[in-house]
Amino acid sequence: MKKVIVPIGPYHSLFEEPEYFALYCDGERVVDIEWMAGYNHRGIEKLSESKHWDQVTFLIERICGICSTSHPIAYCNAVEDLAKIEIPERAKYIRSIVGELERLHSHLLWVGLAGHFLGYNTVFMWAWKYREPILDIMEMVTGNRNHYAMMKIGGVRRDIENEDIDIIKKILDELKGKLEMLTGAVLDDPVLAARLKGVGVLTKQDIKDYGAVGPVARASGVDIDVRRDNPHAAYNLVEWKVITCQDGDVFSKAVVRLLECFESIKIIEQSLVRLKKIKGDIAIEVRYIPSGEGIGRYEAPRGECYHYVRSDGTSRPVRHKIRAPSYVNIPTFKASCIGETIADVTIILAGIDPCYCCTERAITVYDADTRKKLFDGKDLMKLSQEKTRKIKKQLGFKEK
Amino acid sequence: MDIIKIFLLILGSFVIFGISGMISGWLDRKITARLQWRIGPPWWQNFADFLKLTGKETVIPDRANEFLFFLSPAIGIISVVITGAVLLSGIFYKPARWDLFIFIYLMMIPSITIFLAGAASGNVLASVGAGRELRLLLSYELPFILALLVPVVKYHSAQISEIMNYQMMYKINVGYISGLIAFIVGLLAFQGKLGYVPFDVSEAETEIAGGTFVEYSGVLLAMFKLTKWILLSVGVTFFVIYFLGGFHNLITGILKYLLVLLLIVLIKNTNPRLRTDQILRFSWGWLTILGFFALILSLAGF
Repeated sequence: MKKVIVPIGPYHSLFEEPEYFALYCDGERVVDIEWMAGYNHRGIEKLSESKHWDQVTFLIERICGICSTSHPIAYCNAVEDLAKIEIPERAKYIRSIVGELERLHSHLLWVGLAGHFLGYNTVFMWAWKYREPILDIMEMVTGNRNHYAMMKIGGVRRDIENEDIDIIKKILDELKGKLEMLTGAVLDDPVLAARLKGVGVLTKQDIKDYGAVGPVARASGVDIDVRRDNPHAAYNLVEWKVITCQDGDVFSKAVVRLLECFESIKIIEQSLVRLKKIKGDIAIEVRYIPSGEGIGRYEAPRGECYHYVRSDGTSRPVRHKIRAPSYVNIPTFKASCIGETIADVTIILAGIDPCYCCTERAITVYDADTRKKLFDGKDLMKLSQEKTRKIKKQLGFKEK
Repeated sequence: MDIIKIFLLILGSFVIFGISGMISGWLDRKITARLQWRIGPPWWQNFADFLKLTGKETVIPDRANEFLFFLSPAIGIISVVITGAVLLSGIFYKPARWDLFIFIYLMMIPSITIFLAGAASGNVLASVGAGRELRLLLSYELPFILALLVPVVKYHSAQISEIMNYQMMYKINVGYISGLIAFIVGLLAFQGKLGYVPFDVSEAETEIAGGTFVEYSGVLLAMFKLTKWILLSVGVTFFVIYFLGGFHNLITGILKYLLVLLLIVLIKNTNPRLRTDQILRFSWGWLTILGFFALILSLAGF
């Protein structure tokens, strides 16, 4: 059978960042898929070994502009686990509030993008319009619309004032009505349902096989959520529930994300009420990080974000390992995309809310015996040029 | 003498529908923008776009079939201009007795040129788009023709200007149940002809990155853009003449034109893109059934 490769990427209007998906198609049907990441590798893990403990929180914010507080929370959890630090109660609530605000804006961002990928630009613009007040709250609370720099080992860096709480409450109340309208418009639309229901189904087994996390797993009925399973910040102090769906298609992913927005609002509202009553510090002073290992997890909007740090008692981490959610979610495409049409595959690709910052990795090849680096930049360039020439020859391009 | 007349007719069609098409295209963009809380472009944006595109470099891919690659936008623009001339001939000259069928025939050609353009580009994404365009053409053509046959049955005439005059004498077409159904069916099928959401599968920028037009640039792309704008204007004008009683009174005529345009833009902005198989099912299912239903109703005199 002659297969045609339909390329999605490295630069494609579907994505906002470089990523390459090769769809092997038979007509419009996708029979195989390959993906390649790492176009934007920045070496964050290595960089963080050259910064001292407090600087790393700002560095890892730059992993991703959208989950820019999930990584710091996970990292702080890791370091606090290592140094056995208990953060003040007020800091716990503030962490939860910032984290949930981020989840709200990230989920709304996804709803908009999903609409855009389906050609439904009205949903795109409306969802992003509703996202705007959340960014305003962020600016008010943290001083920035993105890259909030709120987290710090031992607590948070900024306090939320009592006057601000009332304003946040008011904005959230307004948002709730809009969100309900948007949720209704998206979930009750028969055409959207026709496009999304039964598309890209991931079974419970698929989720376990590929180790998918976050809303992708919850949409397939796998009941995991780090916020509940590994309580930290204020998540065990407030009332909320984990949203799950059973179908595993793109539609249930949308349902999970949209309903999670309401849970986030619930968490924020309760936290704000408690925050008014609690007095005290927002951070404790951490003077010394002992040697040892620490693990921190946080439920980022896209799933479990995992940080591991190791210390030898100096001012820098000797090893900092990050596992971001999209990196484990993307391989599920093997299970969900094959057999679907190109039109469906694009929305399946978007369905896991892929964040390419999460997936950037570099690989170094060493010779097993001599421990010498095998490929340097020049070799890779040569390999790439050879391959391009080979492909061109296969496809019958004229040599120029 | 006749040749001069025909030349003037075609020139007139090009100027009138070219300008009104660009303005309609701008209205489409502006209304879309306002619906989406954006500001939208100024009224001359499409003229500027067109002018800018004509000044850009035209890139021809290595693997393209150059003859078809150049020919298809040219045929596309010629066909829509002639379509417009057919509509105008009813106003300025004595039109052909069966000009409705000429109109239907000519309206099919832009879609075919888009298919040809995609097939000639020598690009995977373009050929996927071309395949989709062909399936799209197959799906909406039948309901479109069925919808246009309803007034033919009612007035026993296949002359556009005659049908317009009948509507002036008696009652406009959408005043009948059959006419209303035919109007809705025809408008949805026309949405497919225009390649607007929910039927924009052949372009589908977020799936196949512009599909059939992915390799086009410069003047050739400008010609395709103009084709689409003229098609929009010609189509909407036709719907006003054929279903809503025409332009006898210029002000109400323009209001009718805006109403049909608004309907098209609203459909475009309140739906996601459908899959090709869903479009086929929808067109050959619901639209065709409704079309036949309208035809039977009109035979019964409703």
